[in-house]
Amino acid sequence: MKQRLGPQLAAPLLAIAFALLVSGVILLLAGFNPGDVLSVVLQDGFERQRLVETVNRAGPYYIAGVAVAIGFKMNLFNIGVEGQYKVAALVAAWAGASVSLPGPLHVLFILAAASLTGAAWAFIPAILKATRGVSEVISSIMLNAIAFGFSSFMLTRYFRAPRGEYAGTVGTVPLDDSGRLPSLNGVLERIGIELPGSSRVQSYVLVAVAVGIIYRVVIWRTRFGYDLRASGSNDGAAAASGVDPKRMIILAMLFSGAVAGLVGLNNITGQAGRYTDVSVVSGIGFTGIAVALLGRNHPLGIAFGALLWAFMDALQTPLSTNELPKQITAILQGVTVLSVVIAYEVVRRVGVRQQAAALRRETPAGGAPPPGPGPAREVVPA
Amino acid sequence: MTAVDATSALAGTRTVTGPDRRGRTDPLSRLPGPARFGIYLVVGVAILALAREITGAGQLTAEGTFRSALALSMPIALAGLGGLWAERAGVVNIGLEGMMVLGTWFGAYGAIAYGPWTGVLFGVAGGAVGGLLHAVATVSFGVDHIISGVAINLLGVGLTNFLTTTTSSWGNQTKESPQIPNNIVEVDLLPFLNSPLETLSEQNRFFVSDLARITLGLTTNVSLLVLIGIALFPLTWYLLWRTRVGLRLRSVGEDPEAADSLGVKVYGMKYLAVITSGALSGLGGVMLVYLFAEKFQSGQTGGRGYIGLAAMIFGNWRPGGLVMGAGLFGFMDSMQSQVDSTAHALLVVAALVLALLAARSLALRRYTSAGVLAVLGALFWVWYQRTDELPREMIPYFPHIATLLVLVFASQRLRMPAADGKIYRRSGR
Repeated sequence: MKQRLGPQLAAPLLAIAFALLVSGVILLLAGFNPGDVLSVVLQDGFERQRLVETVNRAGPYYIAGVAVAIGFKMNLFNIGVEGQYKVAALVAAWAGASVSLPGPLHVLFILAAASLTGAAWAFIPAILKATRGVSEVISSIMLNAIAFGFSSFMLTRYFRAPRGEYAGTVGTVPLDDSGRLPSLNGVLERIGIELPGSSRVQSYVLVAVAVGIIYRVVIWRTRFGYDLRASGSNDGAAAASGVDPKRMIILAMLFSGAVAGLVGLNNITGQAGRYTDVSVVSGIGFTGIAVALLGRNHPLGIAFGALLWAFMDALQTPLSTNELPKQITAILQGVTVLSVVIAYEVVRRVGVRQQAAALRRETPAGGAPPPGPGPAREVVPA
Repeated sequence: MTAVDATSALAGTRTVTGPDRRGRTDPLSRLPGPARFGIYLVVGVAILALAREITGAGQLTAEGTFRSALALSMPIALAGLGGLWAERAGVVNIGLEGMMVLGTWFGAYGAIAYGPWTGVLFGVAGGAVGGLLHAVATVSFGVDHIISGVAINLLGVGLTNFLTTTTSSWGNQTKESPQIPNNIVEVDLLPFLNSPLETLSEQNRFFVSDLARITLGLTTNVSLLVLIGIALFPLTWYLLWRTRVGLRLRSVGEDPEAADSLGVKVYGMKYLAVITSGALSGLGGVMLVYLFAEKFQSGQTGGRGYIGLAAMIFGNWRPGGLVMGAGLFGFMDSMQSQVDSTAHALLVVAALVLALLAARSLALRRYTSAGVLAVLGALFWVWYQRTDELPREMIPYFPHIATLLVLVFASQRLRMPAADGKIYRRSGR
């Protein structure tokens, strides 16, 4: 049955409005004027510099969101994106520094290394789920922790740059320039967009766009994607028509892990140029879950979620320069996620109730009983 | 069933309970719980003592090792207990981490503003509010349990960081609180045994001295807070397995429709369980503040909420097994700060444990299982012989790997509540 677009869009907007309200109340309680915060948001939040920061930050969030969404499409919860990109970033940084290749090839090599490593790490929960029935959530949580230990172990024992040669933190050997992604400032200037001072648009955002296109094509335009969505919405029916559920679990997790592997490369192929304990930010895997939820697994929806999340992040700088508590953005983000999922659920229930009522009107008395709300089987209704 | 049983299910012994088709029944399984627990403890101490004799790593059974292991395992155990309450009522609680964070902040705030014991109550209440939020989202609104949990974790960190900067009485710190006044007394549980135990522990006798040292480590200078934490485990067992409310609560986790038809208030039970769950992880956060840094620090929990969840699964959704899991995590945590030779001796411990499990499988005529365990044990022995140290970075993660292995090899023996993680809607609503 066709769903109306109105409530589908109203839900996230209402939820965001609710989150703003809650954050405003919290600000009031803490003795701040929500109006001050709002005016900073409206004045400084949309400055070019902030927008550049938003776009740069949105890249990794988007990729993480897509990785999580691939799992959701198949009713798998890839909570392990966190560990997958951590390990992948380390291996890719090391592999990239160990070879010398010409320009674009070098970058592609690094991306491929990261994808393969991410997929390999995701293969562990996949094979455990397919062969032993181990919940991918539990095994991924274990593997997230193990990934941290494993990567610091590999870094200090095997992948570390020779002592003394590169001063400062423990890390891999820096990448050659051929392995780094250029900034997009030049291109933007040519089309007439001047950027202030030190801000640079990282071309990593193009990787995110490519990932979005691949996601869209693979999930909605290929046999594999069709099987995946079929298994996700009704695994029994899919299995009955010849889709091997175990094979689908493994393939979906591998695909998700391959995308997840790319999350941590932003800084490695960018300004830092090497893997250190600080060059790869942690926590993006969980942001990815939030972003996928906000965007309801839709390629454009996730982009909206990632940009919104990144925009809230970018607000931290102007807020703290105006001596306002920048941490309010994290509350805003948390409340937004929770109220968005609740809003979607409420909309779904209202929709089901309306359908049932419509059916009752159409069927004569004593006819077929109306369908009940039924359990919400999918993690996120597609 | 406990963790040790679970590990023994290695290599596909198929039956769940009752006589094994291919072997004998484990005589241990006929013993009552506490007796079995005691036997495991004695065997555990014996293995550590033997490993100490072989390797000469005295720290393996030192007083200090066990004192810090006890303290380190408390937050994990309480988070796990929180997980146990929620999951027994059918609600998966990934939000333990966030509730624990709330516990650390409110615990520190209450302690600074009103004194340490009020602080404990504040921390527990803070966690309980997190639990309430999870209950509203999952029970009333039917949101996916894991999604709600992830959101609560984000929210917990965000809210506490915000509160830290805006609490003016805490000064200009953005990441931590001032020191808390901590005058919670530390007691000796067996004061009359202290001097004989001390004499024994200095004599270097096999097993007896080790046991004396471990007992001293676990019973002297124990914070009253830790005692309360420990008491919650038998209390939970009693409440959940021996009272009417407990039976109802667990029935909701097994089959909510059936429970509803018998008049159990399913939503009410779930609310009760999840709020208790939050309160317990809040207490875990309080422990973290009071027993270690004596102040709130951003990021203090370090994923211990998730580890608590792992300990609970390791212990097969039972309080006794959970204690063992949390103890293992705490022991490994305390090993991380040891000298290399002590950590290296853990390989001998692993080899001995596996050899023992192999012998047990042999006695039960589970030959495949015995073979696999023996080979694994031998591998650990070779690893010990061939190397001089353990990868220090990996030590804290060995329990995670052990949990993963238990999941892999004993997944048939693990039994989570039947309706765990399922969204329940009362029919006709």
